Amino acid sequence: MSRSTPLREVHEGLGATLTDFAGWLMPLRYGSESAEHNAVRTAAGLFDLSHMGEIFVTGPQGGEALDHALVGHLSVLEPGRARYTMICAADGGVLDDLIVYRLGAEEFLVVANASNYERVAAELTERSRGFQAEIDDRSDRYALIAVQGPRSQEILGALTDADLPGLKYYAGLPGTVAGFEALIARTGYTGEDGFELFVAGEDAVPLWQEITKAGADHGLRPAGLSARDTLRLEAGMPLYGNELNAGLTPFDAGLGRVVKFGKPGDFVGRAALSPLKDVPPRRRLTGLVARGRRVPRHGYPVVLLTDGTVVGEVTSGAPSQSLGKPIAMAYVDTNVSEGLAVDIRGSHEPVDVVDLPFYRRSM
Amino acid sequence: MSSIPEELSYTKEHEWVAGLDDGLTVTVGITAFAAEALGDVVFVQLPETGATVEAGDAIGEVESTKSVSDIYAPVTGEVVEVNQTVVDDPSLVNSDPYGEGWLFRVRMEGGPEDLLTSEEYTTVTSAES
Repeated sequence: MSRSTPLREVHEGLGATLTDFAGWLMPLRYGSESAEHNAVRTAAGLFDLSHMGEIFVTGPQGGEALDHALVGHLSVLEPGRARYTMICAADGGVLDDLIVYRLGAEEFLVVANASNYERVAAELTERSRGFQAEIDDRSDRYALIAVQGPRSQEILGALTDADLPGLKYYAGLPGTVAGFEALIARTGYTGEDGFELFVAGEDAVPLWQEITKAGADHGLRPAGLSARDTLRLEAGMPLYGNELNAGLTPFDAGLGRVVKFGKPGDFVGRAALSPLKDVPPRRRLTGLVARGRRVPRHGYPVVLLTDGTVVGEVTSGAPSQSLGKPIAMAYVDTNVSEGLAVDIRGSHEPVDVVDLPFYRRSM
Repeated sequence: MSSIPEELSYTKEHEWVAGLDDGLTVTVGITAFAAEALGDVVFVQLPETGATVEAGDAIGEVESTKSVSDIYAPVTGEVVEVNQTVVDDPSLVNSDPYGEGWLFRVRMEGGPEDLLTSEEYTTVTSAES
């Protein structure tokens, strides 16, 4: 049985197509996913992300515990700021990618993917032994609502006294939105400006309705996981299970910069990761644009046009609204960059290598 | 509930077949139910005009944002026309699945087999939704 977020009935009332995602019944789309994608690029979209995990870390050594458990240096994070980081296994494999917010001197919020947060909470509990730190998985009590797109600040500004213009990217502050207590964070997964609101589960429905009203004249529309996936793909952002998994290290994924060897003390994965930092990986995460109209998808082989030699594998692919062509991310051998094709169900469809991200917002 | 016109025949693979009455040439498309399930259709690959197809063969594909599905020949015969308009604008499959979004026409050789009535197809869709 799939779990439901507090907003399930709202989605059903909006005519959403619901789908199982990581054990959660989530809106895939409400109508046309292309229209939802475009709304986020040009106006704003409203997302239910309550399936994400919220794990609180408190105590005088909360930062040190996270420094030990994660690959990032979180103890130096200023209150009110956030970092993108990862939790790795002892062998260096990525167990999840995370955003960590420092809420106060002794309080952190770790946001984990729906598919992984139970494992992450268990690992954090295990790894924080010996530190004066408490791990509390509050995922079931929190809802997460995101407003993403160039008009997000205008829309939310009408509902809050919080200083949104002063809130930097990757920062978060406590406040009230439409009268509901929320952690207001300027983060997202769409490549646009936007906000993520962490609220109590029981406030999710009325808050969603207030935001919907406030956004009515600004082109805001509800957007599902399908649009979220094409938005993040255009923005070149990794998705756990596609670009990241336990068989890959942060260096394999081209994200070695998140591993902070300079921090004090040992951390889980250091011994395995340390020798890798100067070794060029065999494959590199690469942006591909198809010349034709068929779409490269997760798991399809990347091949040489000349003789069909397999030189990589697609991790994510979709038709791109912004480019008008199919796009894909793929792990491709570092010694090839042209003459490539994707094996789309037996047919070798030519692709061009481009720099990531595919889409960058103007401003 | 998506529309299932009474005058058409259907397949379990969510295609509709029109024009069986004259016993010669049929028009084939994708049902509204299937179009809704697929989401925004972005690419349609159809058989060549003149191709000989056999009922049940995969002869093309329809690709949406999230998935790709085969198109099957619902009858045996020769493809006599394909809808170039839908190839150029695949969104017609979503906006007008029983009209402008038709896919191809087949001149039948032998009678149709195993097609469903609208009532039978309604049962198929209720089981899947």
